Amino acid sequence: MTLNLEGNSPSQQPAVRTTSSRLTAADHRDHWLARWGVNRGGHRIEPGLYALGRPDPAAPVLVTANYTLSFDALRSALTERDAYILVLDTQGVNVWCAAGEGTFGTDELVHRVEAVGLRDIVNHRTLILPQLGAPGVAAHEVKQRTGFRVEYGPVRAADLPEYLKTHHATPEMRRVRFDLTDRLVVIPVDIVGGLLPLAIAMAVAYLLGGWLSLIAAATAILAGIVLFPILLPWIPTHDFSTKGFIVGFLVALPFALLVFQHNADLTWWLRTAKALTQLLIWPAVTAFVALNFTGSTTFTSRTGVRREIFTYAPIMAGMFGAGLVLTLAGAVIKLWGGA
Amino acid sequence: MFDVSIANTLQFDPVSCNGCGMCLAVCPHGVFARNGRTVQLVRPEACMECGACQVNCSEGAIRVESGVGCAAAMFRAALLRQSTPSCG
Ligand code: SF4
Ligand code: SF4
Repeated sequence: MTLNLEGNSPSQQPAVRTTSSRLTAADHRDHWLARWGVNRGGHRIEPGLYALGRPDPAAPVLVTANYTLSFDALRSALTERDAYILVLDTQGVNVWCAAGEGTFGTDELVHRVEAVGLRDIVNHRTLILPQLGAPGVAAHEVKQRTGFRVEYGPVRAADLPEYLKTHHATPEMRRVRFDLTDRLVVIPVDIVGGLLPLAIAMAVAYLLGGWLSLIAAATAILAGIVLFPILLPWIPTHDFSTKGFIVGFLVALPFALLVFQHNADLTWWLRTAKALTQLLIWPAVTAFVALNFTGSTTFTSRTGVRREIFTYAPIMAGMFGAGLVLTLAGAVIKLWGGA
Repeated sequence: MFDVSIANTLQFDPVSCNGCGMCLAVCPHGVFARNGRTVQLVRPEACMECGACQVNCSEGAIRVESGVGCAAAMFRAALLRQSTPSCG
């Protein structure tokens, strides 16, 4: 052990790291990779206390997660400000998801406040947390255990400068929105996650129905991943599944018409049946993909999603199954009778 | 038929409420509003069961079964036989 003349061993007083509100090219590159789901869970920073600018003991303490996107959104919103940023260890997960899982939580906050010796660094007893961290943190318990009062700031870091002036959040600042930009940024990671199922579906569709089916399969899945989130607020009906059926039906319609046209040599009922399969199989697929989008939003309740699954999953499976049976029956009839 | 997903387990007991206003601050969907010395539910149908209000109510005036409203997590939990669905 090294001799410390001030009687403080370094492990008792961890250094306060410094940071700035400026984002570098490397930060932007990291954000881009995180958005595409590259190296998930690897976009972390060291938990602990950071000094932004030149904070004095009266400077506000803002709390966030050790996910680079969360930390950077916070510091870049605080240009020309002096503040302390207390970073909790959420294993590289954003504030909202970490709060739901409890890692952005009361215990970790209390532990971190003690570990950095916050009581000796600031002369006030207030912590400002992002509102979306509230599901994990019991403010009254933090007060009891540390003496620090938890104040919930606005949902969006961009509203922080305004909030810090009055320490009052308008109802507008307290509401989650799901703007077009919010919806667009979740698309890349869903595309990456959907690549394997997409490839499998396209291969199976090709084997069963040739090129047209392959394109229809890709269209149905991508409609669910890309078109659905973009159009979300403008599609009538409330449930995600019925919204998905609507989008799926619209994008499958051209394929149904093409199939009907391409099979002019068949009897009318076989033609109709073949066209119908397109309207049974693909909307079911799109609706299923759409239902899975519930996890990317902050609007669906667990009870509601469970009810959606019980109501619509059988319909999806039924349509998909009926479409497949019809396709196989058509193939058999063709082979057998050459109708 | 088209809004089966509007359902939640939120319950509020005005008798134990002390009007501290914490639930007003934490709810991201404007479910609560002030009502004299206590609060009231004004948009209960918008609740997405995040649990923030229950966790931060020191009086235990709010009950909600919180959990992730994510179909993918529920399918995954069913497949892997997990008891509680979780993200990613
Ligand atoms: S947090 Fe609890 S005690 Fe406080 S206002 Fe809301 S319901 Fe009432
Ligand atoms: S559970 Fe969440 S969404 Fe529902 S009322 Fe409480 S804070 Fe609002």
